[in-house]
Parts: sequence; C-alpha cells; structure tokens
Amino acid sequence: MPKIRGGYLGLGILFAVMAAMPFVLAEYRLTTVLLMLIWIIVAVSYRLLATTGEFSLGHVVVMGIGAYASGIMGRQMGMPFWISAPIGGLIGAGFAAATARPLFRMKGFYFLLGSFALGEAIRLCFRGFKFPFGGEGGYWYIPTPSIGSFTFDSTFSYFYLTLGVAAACLFVLYRIDQSRIGKAMVAIHSQDSLCESLGINILGYKTLAYIVASFFAGIAGALLAHYMTTASPPQFSISVMLPVLVWVIVGGVNTFWGPIAGVFTLYSIQEQLRGVLAEYMPMFYGIILIAVVFALPGGLESLPARVTEWRRARRERLGAVG
Amino acid sequence: MELVLQQALNGALLSVFYAVMAVGFTLIFGVMGVLNLAHGELYMVGAYVVWLTYAQGVLPFPVAILAGAGIVAAIGIGMERAFFRPMRAKPLMGLILSVGMIFILQVFVATTWHVGLMKNISPAIKGSVRILGAIAPWQRLIVIPAAVALIGGLWFFLRRTKQGQSLRAAAQDPEAAALQGISIDRTGMMAMGIGAALAGTAGGLMAPIMRVDPYMGHTALIMALMVTIVGGLGSIEGAMIASLIYGFMIAFITGYFPQEICSPATMAIIAGALLMFIVLAVRPRGIMGRA
Repeated sequence: MPKIRGGYLGLGILFAVMAAMPFVLAEYRLTTVLLMLIWIIVAVSYRLLATTGEFSLGHVVVMGIGAYASGIMGRQMGMPFWISAPIGGLIGAGFAAATARPLFRMKGFYFLLGSFALGEAIRLCFRGFKFPFGGEGGYWYIPTPSIGSFTFDSTFSYFYLTLGVAAACLFVLYRIDQSRIGKAMVAIHSQDSLCESLGINILGYKTLAYIVASFFAGIAGALLAHYMTTASPPQFSISVMLPVLVWVIVGGVNTFWGPIAGVFTLYSIQEQLRGVLAEYMPMFYGIILIAVVFALPGGLESLPARVTEWRRARRERLGAVG
Repeated sequence: MELVLQQALNGALLSVFYAVMAVGFTLIFGVMGVLNLAHGELYMVGAYVVWLTYAQGVLPFPVAILAGAGIVAAIGIGMERAFFRPMRAKPLMGLILSVGMIFILQVFVATTWHVGLMKNISPAIKGSVRILGAIAPWQRLIVIPAAVALIGGLWFFLRRTKQGQSLRAAAQDPEAAALQGISIDRTGMMAMGIGAALAGTAGGLMAPIMRVDPYMGHTALIMALMVTIVGGLGSIEGAMIASLIYGFMIAFITGYFPQEICSPATMAIIAGALLMFIVLAVRPRGIMGRA
C-alpha cells in the first residue's frame, strides 16, 4: 500500500507548509491563504460529486446554507461556533438528502440546470426574506469563535482555526476517496450501465456523494461566515460558483489532488495580478479555462503523466538515432 | 382595474422579451446540442452597442439595433467556429467554453466602458398612451410588435424557406440530415448566428427600458433558461408558450406580492426558479420537448 501512504505524506507536507505561512507572509496575504484553504475544502468536496459524473451549479449555495445556519444559530441562540458549524454542515447535508430524489431524476445538462434553478431559488430566499436572513444587505454580527476567554479575532489565530478544520476535512475526504466507496463513485462516472449490472446501486452512491459533499460545503460556509462575521446573498451567487467550476476543471477531477492544484494555481496567479490587473482577473480565468479544455483536457493533474510520456518518447527517439 | 391592466401590459412586454431570448437559446440547443451560457452576455453586448451608437448620437435608434444584432451575430458565429464546432462530440465541454466566454465578454465591456456609470439611454420614441387608465410609454409598447415581428419572421424562415427547413432537419436528426447533403457546419453556424442576433436585438430593444451594465446578462440568462426548460429544451413552440406563462407570472407576482414578507421582484424569480425545478423533476422534457 505505498501509494496510500504517499497520499497521507502529501497531505502532511501540504499542511506543514501552510502552518508556516503566518511567519512568512504579510497579514493581507495571509487572508488570501486563509480564504484559499476554505475554497480548497469547497473544491475537493465538489469533486466528490463530480466524480459520479454530475456537475452541480448549486454547490456554493449549499455553502451559503451552512453559513447562514451557523451564523443565525451563533447570533440568535448564542450557540458556540464548535457546535453551530457542524450543525451548519448537517443542515447542508440534510438539504442534500431532501433534494437528492428530484435532482437525480435528471442527468447531464438537466442536472446542471436543475441544481442551478434550485440553488438560485434558495439564494434568492436569502435575499428576499428579511426575516430570518437579513435580506439584501446580508446577515450581520455573526460572532467570532472562542474557547474560554480566547477569541479567534485576529487573522493569525483564525488562520490556524481554518487550517485545523481544513486538515480534518481533507483527511476525511481523502479517506473516502481511497475507500471502496470512493472507487465505486469513480466507476459510476466512467461505466454506469456496467456498474448497474454488477449490482452497484448508482442512485445510492450518487446520493451519498451529494450528501457528503454538501456537509463539507456547509462547514466551509460556516468557516467563511464566522471569519467575515457576515453572510450575504452575493457571496453565494453564480458568479462565485463559476470560478469553483473553473478551479475543478482546470485542476482535473480524476484524482484527489486535481482540485487542490487548480485552486492553488489560479489563486496564486490571482494574487500576483492583484492591484494593476485585478479587473482583468475573470478574463484570465476565461482564457485559462478555454486553453485547458483545448490543450490539456485532463487538467493540471494530468501534467506529470504527460511530461513522463513526453520524456519517454524523446528517449526512445534518441535511442533510435543512437 | 387600472393596476390589473398595468400589470397585464408589463406581462405582455416581459413575455415577448423572454420569447426573443428563449427562442434563440433553444434554437442553438436544438441545432447544435449545446447550451450557450454566454447567451445573456450576447444580449448585454447588444444593449451596449445601442448605448454606444444611439445614445451618443451616432446612429438613429432602429439602425443602432440592427448594428447591435450584426455585431452580436458575428461574435456568435465566431464562438461557433472556435468553440462549439471542435467540441461537437462533447457538449458539456461546449458549455464550459461558453462559461469562459461569459468572463471574457463581461471583463471586456466592464474595462472598456467602466462599470460604475449608469448608462442612461433616453427613449427614442417619446410620449405615452393611456389605455383604459393604464399608462403605456411608447418606448415600452413598441417592443411588443417588434418582437412579434422578429419571431414571426423566424417562424416563416424555418417553415417556408429551404435554408430554414435544413435547419429544422439538422435539429431533428443531424446524421440523417448530413446524409441528405445538408452541411452540419453550415446549419450550426446559421443557428448560432440567428440565435445570437436575436439576443443582440433583444438587448437593443430593452436598452432604453432596462439598466445597462456589464452584468445585466445574468438575469436575462436565468430567465431564458427557465423559459426554455419549461417549454422543453429545443422546442421553439414550447419556448413561446412558456414565455407567456413566465411573463405574466413574473409581472403579477412583482405587482402584488406583499413587500413586508419578501421583496416582490425577488419573489417573482424564486417562483420562476421553483417552477423550473418542478418541471425538471416531474417532466424533464417540458411542455413541448421531445422525449
């Protein structure tokens, strides 16, 4: 089982490097890395659903459900973050469980559009209903998490909180990816009629993937809301969903590492372009997306394999000459 | 009574607007099998051309709309050549490429003409009429016959001309159509050109009525999607029926929903999205779509 151990080592290195970030980066850059960690949770959980072959356009709305649920429970009922955030995740998962049946009657384009319609309806409820969601201006004064007398009110401390939660989430998601369940989900994507004939319950696995992915999206939403201390409708709109889709497509969905590579690469580019070229950023996203679809259909994750193949081909060519 | 009539007029206006958007969208899907999510951005570009030419006094209003339709059709044909044709076997990738196009067009418009400024376009046809107490400005009223003429023209083209019939044949069965000597490349280009031109014209017609900004395509796309799905993906007749349902539903909810519970304009779209979701779950092929 050396491959699995390599994976845990990879996760360990990733988080060790992240843990050193606050000592290397200026505070405003640290905020970027913090948000990047939250988006990594979103992208990796999104991939779990995408591996079954269905692309949802409602994932960030589920994230919004977690954000609003945890925020409202925190402010209205004085519930501590440690309880409200997991409940936020569970409410996201419950939403998924409730909507799985009608959604999975659709496939392909229809699933994409159905998830979009449902997500937009929920998001507009956040915007339209002043009670309990705060309406167009959003929901304010969400409490900052604390333990005893210590509050996570600096970017520095909240960064480590996010890092801890992200590490736990990615660990669990990686376990799922490596398990038989995760393998079955990938198999559904490539060969669904074969799977069905082998007795794999396709609908069951798709529903499971959707519920688990929604749980982690809800947690990520809670993390975001308690950091920003607000939750507002534009944070969960289609203009936020599309970049998530771009990260996952650019990174690739075939391995666990694809979405992480996608978020990391595009976020780094975005950070470099900040200031002068910030308003052009979506255009770069568009161009990178189009370039990847044409030139690197497997996403960034297929790059190492491509390089190996290219080198082998070159070696063979040289061998033939010599 | 006056209020009811006022909402009915609004409903008629919205219906024809949705119809022009959705018919183009569904034509592109029917012929090419691709969902062009940048359809809203094509509409936005049409509105910007009218702002650039008519509102700046370069061209008269009708000519400005035609110019917008032409420019947008050219963008659409370019998209077909560059994206949808190479990805014909992979429609999901075509959709993802159209997402890339959304970003590109939005940023292009936002950085060239800036976001913050309100683009006010004075009505080309001033004044208004009173119909049984309801007030109807000419600028809004004129949209209705213009849109009906557009859709009637498309109808005639698809039913009565050889080109139009080849388009319908390609939509029904691309392989059989190709065997009959119909060029699938040509029909794809025609569908995209016509669909885009319709979106551009809708943008031009609505520019003096709506707020023109780089993100106006967002709502237009959502409405086109909802109408197209409820009507049945690929069905022009279905899109027309569904646009009537949506136009009047949105107008009346916007007019009558109590403000205290939820803002009426938002409530109208919530209802629309839920209707679309229910149709997708219960009868995915919509009112008129093929199974």
